[in-house]
Amino acid sequence: MRKPIGWSTIIIAALVAVSAGLVWRRDGTDGVLDILTHDLSLFGGILPRVLAGCLLGAFISEILPHEKVSRSLGPKSGLKGLLIGTAFGAILPGGPFTAYPVASALLAVGADFGATIAMVVSWTLIGYGRAVAWEIPIMGTDFTLWRILISLPLPVLAGALGRFVYVRVYPTPAAKDDEI
Amino acid sequence: MSAALFIDILLWGSVFGVGLIAFRRGPPVFKASLREGSMDFINIVPRIALGVIGSGYIAAIIPQEVITGWLGPDSGWLGVATAVVAGAATPGGPVIGFSIGTVALKSGGGVPQVVAYVVAWALFAFQRVILWEIPFMPARFVWFRCAVSVPFPFVAAAIAMVIGKP
Repeated sequence: MRKPIGWSTIIIAALVAVSAGLVWRRDGTDGVLDILTHDLSLFGGILPRVLAGCLLGAFISEILPHEKVSRSLGPKSGLKGLLIGTAFGAILPGGPFTAYPVASALLAVGADFGATIAMVVSWTLIGYGRAVAWEIPIMGTDFTLWRILISLPLPVLAGALGRFVYVRVYPTPAAKDDEI
Repeated sequence: MSAALFIDILLWGSVFGVGLIAFRRGPPVFKASLREGSMDFINIVPRIALGVIGSGYIAAIIPQEVITGWLGPDSGWLGVATAVVAGAATPGGPVIGFSIGTVALKSGGGVPQVVAYVVAWALFAFQRVILWEIPFMPARFVWFRCAVSVPFPFVAAAIAMVIGKP
């Protein structure tokens, strides 16, 4: 995966420091501590899922046949690769703690940015998990199904755009683990 | 809470399933991936901690009313663009995002604008990006993915304008 500290972490940390400062000015020390206690308990609650996600990613990158993945989801996999990524994202069970480790594992074993973008976008837009658990109960079945129907072409288009831009932005094979 | 339990069973069931496949490839393979997964976990914990605690503070300075205000009655492409920004800036999880969408629909927001809002929220909601995507994925991928996804809430709104209401 990644180096523990990179530019993204520094930017987020700065954003958080500013926000915490604003909360402190508005609500005082109590306001800052309230949010901290609430978020710490949230943090404790999701830790086991994060562990499960990390293990899932590690096992998957170990057991997936690398040549097969780079053939079916690599830069030369064409429309078929984008469709496989989309289908995979749509059927992937669980929440963000499964989707992102699995996507990261796919990248590590030879999927390209295009197919991985198709997978992540498909998971977030047409995956059934969030739709069944949240969108249908809150927004209604009609709106949800109609919204999913509209979203159907988007993962493949996003993946195709990703590939198109990628070969122009990174003409040479770039290092896998650099930051930003 | 039964939904959460179901998710956990599914999650750990999948871990157990792929772990079993790895184990059948031989104990060294199993041990190596177990160690790698644990190392990833240790490396990720500080970033997740920053994400969880940090997004709480960021969410606290972006009140929900601000977001609802942005999903105003402007029904043109400017309304779509505002909806996209609102989707990215919405704090909190799916309950808040979808509730704001429902409120906008009921209070006369245009359907294409609400579609753009929901799609933009799914693609860019800052809390999910900070909390989950950046810690787990290579940073270069996340920024690239977000940049490439920018046109698609607009595409969704355009399709919604063409095919009409649900």
